[in-house]
Amino acid sequence: MARGLLDLVEQLGHRLNEKFIRLGFATRFFFTLLLFSGQSFRRPFLTVREVYFSGVLSLLIISVSGLFVGLVLGLQGYETLQRYGSSEALGILVALSLTRELGPVVAALLFASRAGSSVTAEIGLMKATEQLTAMDMMAVNPIARVVAPRFWGGVISMPILAALFSAMGIFGGYLIGVVFIGVDEGAFWSQMQASVDFRLDILNGVIKSFVFGVAVALIAVFEGYDSVPTAEGVSRAITRTVVTSALAILALDFVLTSFMFRGL
Amino acid sequence: MPDDNLVKISDLSFAYDERPILDGINMEIPRGKVVAIMGGSGCGKTTLLRLIGGQLKPTRGSVQVDGRAVDRMGHEELYALRRRMGMLFQFGALFTDVSVFDNVAFQLREHTDLPEELIRDMTLMKLNAVGLRGAHARMPGELSGGMARRVALARAIALDPMLIMYDEPFTGLDPISLGIIGQLIRKLNDALGATSIMVTHDIHESLMIVDYIYFMSAGRVVAQGTPDEIRASQDPFVHQFVNAEADGPVPFHVAAPSFGQELLRGVGNG
Repeated sequence: MARGLLDLVEQLGHRLNEKFIRLGFATRFFFTLLLFSGQSFRRPFLTVREVYFSGVLSLLIISVSGLFVGLVLGLQGYETLQRYGSSEALGILVALSLTRELGPVVAALLFASRAGSSVTAEIGLMKATEQLTAMDMMAVNPIARVVAPRFWGGVISMPILAALFSAMGIFGGYLIGVVFIGVDEGAFWSQMQASVDFRLDILNGVIKSFVFGVAVALIAVFEGYDSVPTAEGVSRAITRTVVTSALAILALDFVLTSFMFRGL
Repeated sequence: MPDDNLVKISDLSFAYDERPILDGINMEIPRGKVVAIMGGSGCGKTTLLRLIGGQLKPTRGSVQVDGRAVDRMGHEELYALRRRMGMLFQFGALFTDVSVFDNVAFQLREHTDLPEELIRDMTLMKLNAVGLRGAHARMPGELSGGMARRVALARAIALDPMLIMYDEPFTGLDPISLGIIGQLIRKLNDALGATSIMVTHDIHESLMIVDYIYFMSAGRVVAQGTPDEIRASQDPFVHQFVNAEADGPVPFHVAAPSFGQELLRGVGNG
């Protein structure tokens, strides 16, 4: 009995220890990445290309998802608000929910699944087929040439995608609330404009999505670079990217929200 | 006066964690020669190439390339040396997202400020040398194994290196492609005035093209000589290797307890 318990504690300690060592690797990797980012900035085309692959190719899923989230928000919001006779406040509800929370968080979750996983797969497969080693042997640093542009491509894309998500969501809320249900259009827009604060709501939302962008892009490039160079290893790395990103986004969202809106 | 040996390996040992891979290796690779390092799978040949290229650091001993110790070089110095080295990887390691042309032009674009017209001419020259100028617009996925290896060879020689390293250049090739690669290794080495190190276990192809052979087994050099000396060798290891015998100094069986005892132990006890 005591032996079994001891084994359990030992196993737990071992796993925790491994997690901490990996976290240490990831931190060191992050600093190396920052160190070599200068080299990749000198060739902006490399990062622009990754903005295309991560950002532009995610436009469709982000726009459509944003629209649907807005449509649902419009329906649910109207249903609740009209009970209290304040259905004109639908604009505020939709806009605040999206700019403060849903925009950055849902867009980041989608971004991790759509772009993060493909970055991990690409870097992981480049490693498995020795392309990264070959590059290193050709005196071209793979962190500067492959990893840094993908990281910055993700960081740049994320806030723009989150903003697009929110805009499409508000449009969805407008479609349902004003066009289909018949909430007063003037009240919908004017109450929204009066209640949404640029610094408190919009800017904080942008800050959130920037932080999520750094987290997702870092997790994606690290998992790819650190993957076991086999088919199974790469597939595990992709799973870890999606799972870890989702957890990181939700945890960071809680921390950021508690700092940003604590005075309210 | 420069040393006659481009690469000098002295008392080199290497271990992954506690597991020894190489043990007290001494080798000399003379300038202008094609030298093969042979041995069975897993004897540490590829590790040796990685040590020469500075991707791994030795646990003991040293590797000198062009008179300087690779393991004591900083990042910049190592990269400066690698610009003068070319390496052909086992399966080519071509960049799969760009064309054959862009693969070969990669180093020229990364390391030189040459105008694009000049890069184009130089890249086509390298591709012509391996007979694949006509395939410059193809993607790596559209090439056969032998063609991909030739493109990788063109990429390895893009900057006219002083040292070319080949990691199992013959693996998985049909006899015609194998012969082509073998001839190219010899011809390009002589045309470029380079030095080549080839890690392989293809004895017959190697005997035809190389100047000198080192045999490795279990992390040590066990035999060496010119192709003629190897053919005439009475060394039991060389004999087993050249004649492809299943058993000999390299045993067929992995070390295990007596087979009789193992059978008697029965199911569930093993």
